[in-house]
Amino acid sequence: MKVHVNGQEQEVDAQTLAAALSALDYGEAKVATALNGEFVPARLREATPVRDGDRIEILAPRQGG
Amino acid sequence: MTLLQDTRTVTQDSDFTLYGSSFRSRLMLGTSQYPSPAILADAARASGAEILTVSLRRESARLKEGQDFWRLIRDIGARVLPNTAGCYSVKEAVTTAQMAREVFSTPWVKLEVIGEADTLQPDVFGLVEAARILSADGFEVFPYTTEDLVVAERLLEAGCKVLMPWGAPIGSGKGLNNVFGLRALRAHFPEIPLIVDAGVGLPSHAAAAMELGYDGVLLNTAIAKAGDPAAMARAFGQAIEAGRAAFLAGPMQPRDMAAPSTPVVGRAVLT
Repeated sequence: MKVHVNGQEQEVDAQTLAAALSALDYGEAKVATALNGEFVPARLREATPVRDGDRIEILAPRQGG
Repeated sequence: MTLLQDTRTVTQDSDFTLYGSSFRSRLMLGTSQYPSPAILADAARASGAEILTVSLRRESARLKEGQDFWRLIRDIGARVLPNTAGCYSVKEAVTTAQMAREVFSTPWVKLEVIGEADTLQPDVFGLVEAARILSADGFEVFPYTTEDLVVAERLLEAGCKVLMPWGAPIGSGKGLNNVFGLRALRAHFPEIPLIVDAGVGLPSHAAAAMELGYDGVLLNTAIAKAGDPAAMARAFGQAIEAGRAAFLAGPMQPRDMAAPSTPVVGRAVLT
């Protein structure tokens, strides 16, 4: 199915957000996730289904003022 | 405050305490726009800052830049204050804060709800609303606000225990645009930690904020964009210490006319 990952359309074969992160090669990276604009805590990623057309945001620490 | 004579005052120093944590350095430093990660690390150490601001941005699975940055910040060893920079709505700011709390394992958030793109001035209405939501959810909110007294009051009612009024627009380096307003804010909230956040361009600006009795200064661009960021960081650290010492020592009251400092009595008559 096709999902939007950080604004880019990508083909992902995954049923859950946790599986999508793994399939997208984020591994054990320190990231925070949101699905369709809503924060999804790490502990809920396994139980969060991902559907065709979903928007996934994957954020990590970055420089800030 | 101890009254010595008619116009003389001295103030006892107090800890720089933010949500129950005390710090020696009153300089809070942003981590953006440095020429390299190594220069950021040098500047952070030279500044003496114990609190660094950070953000969250999209992570590329291929580059994983955020992971390298996070290792650098952990090596520096300072406490982190995640921001919600770039958020223009309450929803964006609240969601970003929630994500930051998980990634950085801290209830602290520098809350920015931006209202105008050219001046990056806060949307104070959204700011108060977001502060209320986040405070109720256990966050310890550092609101990036204006010097407006009524907004400040609303932020405190919303649960904020620190206020961070701007000196001037972010990145402008203009210094303290409204000294009168900042002084009034200080006078209205003598017990609330007040930090000038944004617009500081020179160590003298930071010293001026501290001389007004502000508790700290948060800055980024003035150090990151300096020719020698580490040297400028050191200069800011010294200026903030000097400004604090001057505030505690009780500055003289300015006057409109000259007043001779050398005694008039005993002056020779040589005509």
